[in-house]
Amino acid sequence: MSIDLSVEIGKLKLKNPILLASGTVGYGHEIADFIDLNKIGGIVTKSISLKPRKGNPPQRIVETPSGMLNAIGLANVGVDDFLKTKIPYLKQYDTALICNIAASSVDEYVECTKILTNEEAIDAFEINVSCPNVKDGGLVFGNNLSAVGEITSKVRAVTDKPVIVKLSPNVPNIGEFASVAKKEGADAVSAINTLVGTAIDIYSRKPKLKNVTGGLSGPAIKPVAIAKVLAINQSVDIPIIGIGGIMNWRDVVEFFIAGASAVQLGTVNFIQPNAAEVILKDLIEYCNKTGISKISELTGSIILNG
Amino acid sequence: MFISEPVVEKLIELDEHIFLLKIKSPEIADIIRPGQFVNIKVCNSVNPLLRRPFSVCDVEDDSFYVMFNIHGEGTKILAEKKKGDCLDIVGPLGNGFNLDGNFEKAVIVAGGMGVAPFPFFSKKISDGKSIVTFIGGRTESEIVTYGLENIFIATEDGSNGLKGNVIDLLKKNESHFIDQNVKFFGCGPNPMLKALKEYCLLKNIDCEVSTECAMACGFGICQGCPIESTTNSEKYLLVCKDGPVFNIKDVVL
Repeated sequence: MSIDLSVEIGKLKLKNPILLASGTVGYGHEIADFIDLNKIGGIVTKSISLKPRKGNPPQRIVETPSGMLNAIGLANVGVDDFLKTKIPYLKQYDTALICNIAASSVDEYVECTKILTNEEAIDAFEINVSCPNVKDGGLVFGNNLSAVGEITSKVRAVTDKPVIVKLSPNVPNIGEFASVAKKEGADAVSAINTLVGTAIDIYSRKPKLKNVTGGLSGPAIKPVAIAKVLAINQSVDIPIIGIGGIMNWRDVVEFFIAGASAVQLGTVNFIQPNAAEVILKDLIEYCNKTGISKISELTGSIILNG
Repeated sequence: MFISEPVVEKLIELDEHIFLLKIKSPEIADIIRPGQFVNIKVCNSVNPLLRRPFSVCDVEDDSFYVMFNIHGEGTKILAEKKKGDCLDIVGPLGNGFNLDGNFEKAVIVAGGMGVAPFPFFSKKISDGKSIVTFIGGRTESEIVTYGLENIFIATEDGSNGLKGNVIDLLKKNESHFIDQNVKFFGCGPNPMLKALKEYCLLKNIDCEVSTECAMACGFGICQGCPIESTTNSEKYLLVCKDGPVFNIKDVVL
């Protein structure tokens, strides 16, 4: 039986629901030795800001039980270099290109989008309002309902391309944030970004990360992510891209059942850079075994009070 | 670089808590160069989650070796591997040492487990070139001489060789390299590399060092392992991709 893996995220059509998450795939070429990028649903680029960003000093990474903390600090090449040197490489692939935008001010989000929207190789934008690792912006926006609303509406106003708002889990009620994103014109939300965490060296008594706090990712956060996706699904009708600790096809199915229409693989790419291909193959097998002809049937199929 | 699942040939305990793992992998053994590394997933479970990077220690026919000591969960699991066990490896990664060039003598400067890349290095250095090896450690049990030649030793507690650090050792033995056509190759803890840089700049000696930094992927996508460049303060270099070997003049240590 042939399985229809295609999904629609608002206006964005994907050949399959497996995307590679921002910050875990570089600008494509770094991972292309391990995986055929033509086979996956899409790539979400490293966050792009108006000007290049150096990022945080080391140590930027620390492993934690079944997870890791990162405090990269949005190191990126900036809009100009991205268009000049990264897009020509990325556009050779037959996969959706979603450009993740990060900024320190509302104006910078708008300016970035205005420039990038003219690039036809870009299929959609993911607005990063929730990076926990930069002092100027990021979480400041992601925790503030009116800021998320303002950024969404102003970005919406300058592009016709699909706009996905990447939500922070570090809020009491994520559903409100998804509602505001929808009201202000977002086509979809992606959830979740990383959770704020810290690790301390017990001998030196110093934080292990130079930035003190970092973003927790990996299998440790999957139950949180599933709960947040479910919460969004129950509070607002907007397509959800599920993110958080996916390691295998079972995790993907779980996100779908909770309400996701597509998923992003993140930390797993560091460990198993061909994970997306393996998961796609396994997903087809699961659909075959369980009689699912169209993957989107799974979205939001959770049975509550059953 | 590629993902492979080679098998363990054998595990050798060199000394208490210092191990050599021999891994059968013609694909890697064929192409890996001294100073490059592999990233090993020590088990199928998600804890520990990340791969562990190890520089290639030696190559023998279609197998290669990594050297390690137990300093956490990952290396503890690795130290329990048996012949025939399957490993999950990404590699070869990184750039490796530049063994070419017109120097006549390679001076190896290693601290503690920083000796790891040099057995293979010593094997691969061309016949016309000689080697002298300086090793430092805190104490006798930290000194590993496997696969090395023409060795001088220093320990901080004086339990083996000179009492002092590896830079003191260099200063005591300058007759072995000063005013000769030499190139230094260093690997060890950061404070040692820092002191080595100062020494080499002072003596105007060309030097490459293999650096270390916590990393998640090993091939440039996580951006987790930055190192400050001396030529461009706007942008970090990455230890995994631009290194791990750098000319000592190119990086801030």
